Amino acid sequence: MFAYIIKKLALLVLLLLGITFITFSIVKLLPGDPASGLIGQHADPDDIKRINRALGVDKPFISQFVGYVTLLAHGDFGRSYYTNRDVLTEIMRKLPNTIYLAAAAMTIAIIGGLALGFAAGLRQGSMIDKLCSTLSLAGLSLPVFWSGLVLIIIFSLKLRLLPPSGTGGIRFVILPAVALSLPVLASIARITRSSAIETLSMPFVRVLRAKGLRNWRINYIHLLKSILIPLITVVGLDFASFLNGAVLTETVFGWDGIGRFTVDGILKRDYPVILGCIITGTFIFVVVNALVDVSYQIVDPRVRMVKR
Amino acid sequence: MFSKLPIILLSLIVAAVVFAPYLVHYDPVSINLDEIKAAPSSGHLFGTDCKGRDVFARVLYGGRISLGVSFMAALVSLGIGFTAGLISGYYGGWIDTLLMAVVDLTLAFPSLLLAIGISVVMPPTKFTVMAAIALVGWASFARLIRGQVLKVKEMAYVEAARSLGAGNLRILATHIFPQCLSLGLVILGIKFSGYILTEASLSFLGLGPQPPTPSWGNMIGENRAYIISEPWMVLFPGLAIAATALCFNLVGDYMQEKYSNYRDQQRRS
Repeated sequence: MFAYIIKKLALLVLLLLGITFITFSIVKLLPGDPASGLIGQHADPDDIKRINRALGVDKPFISQFVGYVTLLAHGDFGRSYYTNRDVLTEIMRKLPNTIYLAAAAMTIAIIGGLALGFAAGLRQGSMIDKLCSTLSLAGLSLPVFWSGLVLIIIFSLKLRLLPPSGTGGIRFVILPAVALSLPVLASIARITRSSAIETLSMPFVRVLRAKGLRNWRINYIHLLKSILIPLITVVGLDFASFLNGAVLTETVFGWDGIGRFTVDGILKRDYPVILGCIITGTFIFVVVNALVDVSYQIVDPRVRMVKR
Repeated sequence: MFSKLPIILLSLIVAAVVFAPYLVHYDPVSINLDEIKAAPSSGHLFGTDCKGRDVFARVLYGGRISLGVSFMAALVSLGIGFTAGLISGYYGGWIDTLLMAVVDLTLAFPSLLLAIGISVVMPPTKFTVMAAIALVGWASFARLIRGQVLKVKEMAYVEAARSLGAGNLRILATHIFPQCLSLGLVILGIKFSGYILTEASLSFLGLGPQPPTPSWGNMIGENRAYIISEPWMVLFPGLAIAATALCFNLVGDYMQEKYSNYRDQQRRS
């Protein structure tokens, strides 16, 4: 178990290095060189050369990359071109809001997805199954920014129940969380349905029935247990869909998280902000996936046995 | 019924988009100040937008860009993914390690964030969106195709071909590639709706084709401010995205089901 975790950690470090390499390449590909950005394109070419040397831009690629990694390791993501604020500080201020939104969305997705998936999987082939399956496919097909706008039209403008935008308590979080949860809810519903169908056909379920176990105990305790592993996988993988979706939902709902921060950065071509957000988002995703891998060991004894 | 309906609907959407100039006589780009913000009516099926342009015409012409970009991106990522997967699986060794490391790295990013990162270094056009989607999308093709190649290259008929003197390229092109094609198309079927949604998202964020050129995503982004009073400007392009993505999802599901049945049959025989 320990050897496994250490191997995972080593791979994680390599992956993070690779990710910084890609973002570094993006920085190098950005239009314009730093010196002409600082003193203007029409400045004396000698001055531009001198400043580029002072900034270290003329050094070989590898040593520039090492410098970049060192900066990141010290938590220096640079400063915003526009507000001149430290990017990491800003991200850390906004990240809790995004996590709050993602947690709310995850809760909705898991509850709704399990309900929809069970409703379909327990009655395979029925009308309810067809309805639920079609609904969950529809959830996967909706662009989250658009479903967000539709929710605003219905619940804020027509019914006047919930505020259309802003960051805050439970009233503010409901609409963006629902919009953000839809694709994940749909994929949880699909995976729940298929693994419910698979588990119900297994011999142990027949044994349980023969022993006289009540239907609801089989459905809700034994089925839930077997759904846990695929559920964790989907939740881990779909964490990316939350990070992707946060960029869009936060923009639509004016939610003060790192998703909207990214989009503000894109609109102003504020590169340190964009890259800082991409790096943070990707690091979070990679770490979550590593945690998901490790959690298999805890949840499923079979995995533990194989690894030893 | 469930398998035919999406294909019929999809053909209708594609046909409407391709034959847009014969279906609508409104210009999708030119401004008409006399008919600003008109509600949907028999003259303007989907109403008009804040510059008096017919929304129906813009949805059809925008579909040319949205579907065209997704389609091109799919072809490019299929091409890169197949090449990488075939090389990686067939030759193995250091090139396999290298290519799969790049694949792992690409898949480590949340897809939209990486696509945004790629898009910001290029000017906002439809080619940028296409490149961003393709550069993110090839990785999952490469990994799955590699897996298939690993299985196929051990088969007896490949060895037979080699003993008859066939070269590596010939074996790859005529014996292994055809065995990977159906898997590639199935993955494409599953992934394609995701391409449409990514294209829409990037355009919505302003990283794609710029106004006045319409695309489904940028129509929603451009007219967001009018959802209170004139919701049709945003509703119809979104419906177009959702309907198209749903149809592709249904088709993809159907393909996946057929493919796994086919695989099961082969295993049994």
